[in-house]
Amino acid sequence: MWPERRGRPAPAADGVRRRVTAVRIPPVLRPQVGNEKQVDAAGATVGEVLGDLVARHPALHEQLLTADGSLHRFVNVYLNGQDVRYLDDLATPVGEHDTLIILPAMAGGS
Amino acid sequence: MAPGQGPVREITPAEAEQLIASGAALIDTREPHEWRAGHLKGATLVPPAELGLRIAGVVPDAGRPVVVYCASGVRSMRAALQMASLGYRDVSSVAGGIVRWKAEGRAWELPAETPAVATNPRYARHLVMPEVGPEGQAKLQQAKVLFIGAGGLGSPGLLYLAAAGVGTLGIVDFDTVDLSNLQRQVVHADNRVGMKKTSSAAQTIRALNPEVKVIEYQEMLTEDNVDRLIAGYDVVIDGTDTFETRYALNDAAVRAAIPVVHASVFRFEGQLSVFVPFEGPCYRCLYPTPPPPELAPGCSVAGVLGVVPGVMGLLQATEAIKVILALGDALVGRLLIWDALDGTFSEVSLQRDPDCPACGQNAAAGRPQPRTEFAAA
Repeated sequence: MWPERRGRPAPAADGVRRRVTAVRIPPVLRPQVGNEKQVDAAGATVGEVLGDLVARHPALHEQLLTADGSLHRFVNVYLNGQDVRYLDDLATPVGEHDTLIILPAMAGGS
Repeated sequence: MAPGQGPVREITPAEAEQLIASGAALIDTREPHEWRAGHLKGATLVPPAELGLRIAGVVPDAGRPVVVYCASGVRSMRAALQMASLGYRDVSSVAGGIVRWKAEGRAWELPAETPAVATNPRYARHLVMPEVGPEGQAKLQQAKVLFIGAGGLGSPGLLYLAAAGVGTLGIVDFDTVDLSNLQRQVVHADNRVGMKKTSSAAQTIRALNPEVKVIEYQEMLTEDNVDRLIAGYDVVIDGTDTFETRYALNDAAVRAAIPVVHASVFRFEGQLSVFVPFEGPCYRCLYPTPPPPELAPGCSVAGVLGVVPGVMGLLQATEAIKVILALGDALVGRLLIWDALDGTFSEVSLQRDPDCPACGQNAAAGRPQPRTEFAAA
């Protein structure tokens, strides 16, 4: 068995261990996750991981997902550096050691 | 040659001039960087280390009189003796070399293939690097770079591209210098608060490198004027602060097929990419629509650590030089993310969007003729 990662969530109540992915939170959204840079979320696909993320941090929901549950076009999500829109989008499978990066557009320059 | 003196002798510049006029071969036995600073008309450069290998090719007839010169006459005497040992029967070394030749007011010339910038001591550290050299420096001198914004991102880029010898720098900014700018906008100065930013930046640039031509555009970039503003530039540096400007610039740059070096900052973080139209993704491929204002506050609302736009602006300047000189791997199709607090750079890969309204398959702007002058990765 692999060593437990620090801070990973406990197995679900049904006893089935779920895959946990590290999610990097952009600076503009950190206040919504207790100012953490990176949080763990569980799920077998990108969609499930984001679903778990917004379930734990409801303030993120509106900023990441539209009413029908798809990603806002002004938010990009990268799985191990690849844009999930050019993979299988929210259905892209994720592994235990994968990293998701959430990247909304930034305007600042002056 | 007087009898009994052997095959080698030392002559004055005046004597050398006569010999050359009567058909003697002329050899410059200095190094290439000295040659580029000027040489005698009709001379062939054969550096000392290459003499043994090349002289037979340059002067095949060992009986032909040869005049050799260097800077002061020392290396040329050594070369003349070496040539005598190789069988040359009439070799003359110019006493005092090209230094004395020039001091006597005799004619000399610059290498035709290298422009004056190649001899400019200002760029000595560029000129000795094979990746830049005289040809690269000439490219920089001919390049025109447009900065959108003389602010946090634009400040360091303007300074360093001016220092690097980019020949023409355009600056688009409608604003005036405010005291709160000076925490990061280092191209301005305390005694210029209230001055137009374009004028303030131009003043700094002229003090740093008066050889740079600065073109000031004291206006706000809009959809109506953007095509005119960017026309004729080789690279545009996007240092703006709003999505409206970034999209207007992107769409016009795609229409004109001009590369844009993009950066944005937020507090302790910066993002950077190079958008080369039709080679890689554009800004709209990356973000087709702007976020709501609360998700993307500008620096005036969110604040920014002053050094963060400084670092990102210098990375932009670096990418611009790479594009101009076609050096290395430009950040095309890649987004670099710098986290100043973590001290980490990370990278994600960007794709062209086939449905992009600016550069996609059905976009209004068709693919123009490929640009060959600045072939970015």
